[in-house]
Amino acid sequence: MALKGAARAEADRLMAAFRAAGAVAVEADILQPAEVLLDLYGEDIRGRAYVTADPIRGEMMLRPDFTVPVVQMHMAGGAEPARYCYLGEVFRKQEHLTDRKSEYFQVGYEIFDRENPVQADAEVFALFAGLLAPLNLRAVTGDIAILMDAVRGLKTLESRKAALLRHIWRPRRFTQLLDRFGGRAPVPATRARLLETLARGNSPVQAPLVGLRSEAEIAARLAALQEDAAAAPIAAEEVTRLNDLLNLSAKSPAALAHLRDLARDMPAIAPATDRMEARLEALAAKGVAVDDLDFEASHGRTTLEYYDGFVFSFHGLDPDLPPIASGGRYDALTEVLGQGRSIPAVGGVIRPGLVADLTEGAPC
Amino acid sequence: MLKLGIPSKGRLMEQTFDWFGARGITLRRTGSDREYAGAVEGAEGLELVLLSAGEIPRELAAGRIHLGVTGSDLVRDKLADWDRQVAELAPMGFGHADLIIAVPASWPDVDTLDDLDAAAAAFRRTHGHRLRIATKYHRLVRNFLTENGVADYQLVDSQGATEGTVKNLTAEAIADITSTGETLRANHLKILTDGLIHQSQATLYAARSADWRNGARPILTDLSQRLGFNPNAL
Repeated sequence: MALKGAARAEADRLMAAFRAAGAVAVEADILQPAEVLLDLYGEDIRGRAYVTADPIRGEMMLRPDFTVPVVQMHMAGGAEPARYCYLGEVFRKQEHLTDRKSEYFQVGYEIFDRENPVQADAEVFALFAGLLAPLNLRAVTGDIAILMDAVRGLKTLESRKAALLRHIWRPRRFTQLLDRFGGRAPVPATRARLLETLARGNSPVQAPLVGLRSEAEIAARLAALQEDAAAAPIAAEEVTRLNDLLNLSAKSPAALAHLRDLARDMPAIAPATDRMEARLEALAAKGVAVDDLDFEASHGRTTLEYYDGFVFSFHGLDPDLPPIASGGRYDALTEVLGQGRSIPAVGGVIRPGLVADLTEGAPC
Repeated sequence: MLKLGIPSKGRLMEQTFDWFGARGITLRRTGSDREYAGAVEGAEGLELVLLSAGEIPRELAAGRIHLGVTGSDLVRDKLADWDRQVAELAPMGFGHADLIIAVPASWPDVDTLDDLDAAAAAFRRTHGHRLRIATKYHRLVRNFLTENGVADYQLVDSQGATEGTVKNLTAEAIADITSTGETLRANHLKILTDGLIHQSQATLYAARSADWRNGARPILTDLSQRLGFNPNAL
């Protein structure tokens, strides 16, 4: 494991490269208000970030990443377009006994640009690929937008699509929902009884109302359940195509060809597939060997849920090690944090400590 | 010398005394009612340490006691990777309680985790904050809900009278232990059909990080024969 000094030296080298690429260096507080992060990531972040209490400011977290404070800073009045870079420690609680570090450096690069998102995607990836080239890492890419558009294009109830979209980042729940909506999983017994009661025109409520959730909210969900029960299941061929898409894993040119095939029956994914093609061209123009670049359609589905477009990561040979670098597009996050404004954004981070480990281990 | 930590008061302590007594080892408190001191008869080299049941997982993890009796719910909630820190020697057959998720009985549309997740999404849209689940078992509940893909909830801490939090509007649902379900029914709550997180009971644990040299091992081996557990579990 690299000493902190070696990690910092590597971090300084990467920062210099990011500055040379045109980024402005920015800082972020280590103590971040917990409320913003909890609202964004949900309860899971409590298992991953250190929470502490401030007598005046309330619950605070040691920053688990830079993306949120950097986006907040930009949305509060950054000029457009903007390129930022940063360097500092992030803190991640480890819930298991492991060698993984709970405190490590991240060096990051973020682009906020409305004009040409595809070029921005390619710029970040090519910059990272160039800096990491001596380490012979395996790069994996994906595109969450293709998955989201595929779900949006299903011929079924909006409520079903919304439920699936909510769980893009929870693959197990996503599969369960898809099985149910596709009529392949049985209706739970409790649900079947409830629907019978409703069908007979009886009131299913047999207890005094307690708590904040109102009668109207309950009635709305009962209506939604009846609507769902009355709707036809998602057609088997649509489910098959969606699963085919989710399982797609190939070199980029073959993946693109497969997506083109799928898009004939799933026209909703055509625009995102066009963007992927344009991105591959932009990457090739920047010297990335796209013929050898892995594409996995489900890549990025198990990360913290804010990526909604191009995603990538760089891995060493040891499958137990976390990625050396990772990143992606997070347009929707800028809207969530922008209080009514939004801007397309893409970025990524490198872990200089892991880079230093691999550099030390490599023959000179 | 081998240190055995047991709950310092109440029914859990008495049942622990009975369990050891039935196996030929007499544990008792000594001194006044208020003094936390204990004595052991019938087992050489065994020293009794009286502790709060809630502190026994931590004392085991730190290796300050060799053996400890406490609820399996507390061990799983308080210790990360609990089975790498302690060894489960013997379930003791008392102190049974189920850690469950319960929602208002007046929610006819919510009977499963899947329903809870859907209701939480709608609740967040309507109220502008996540659906609150009151509990003191943060790790167990969070891991359970993560594994089952439930989103849009938040845990709020409740160290007691958790069943009352829904009526008091400080939570929409609860995750708590129950044995008969009486208190849940009295507070107009019902258990989700797939909401069983853990079936807890009083359990004898051994600390992996305790000092097992200097004669502690032979005492453990002797105890294993009399108490009926596998000494190689450690």
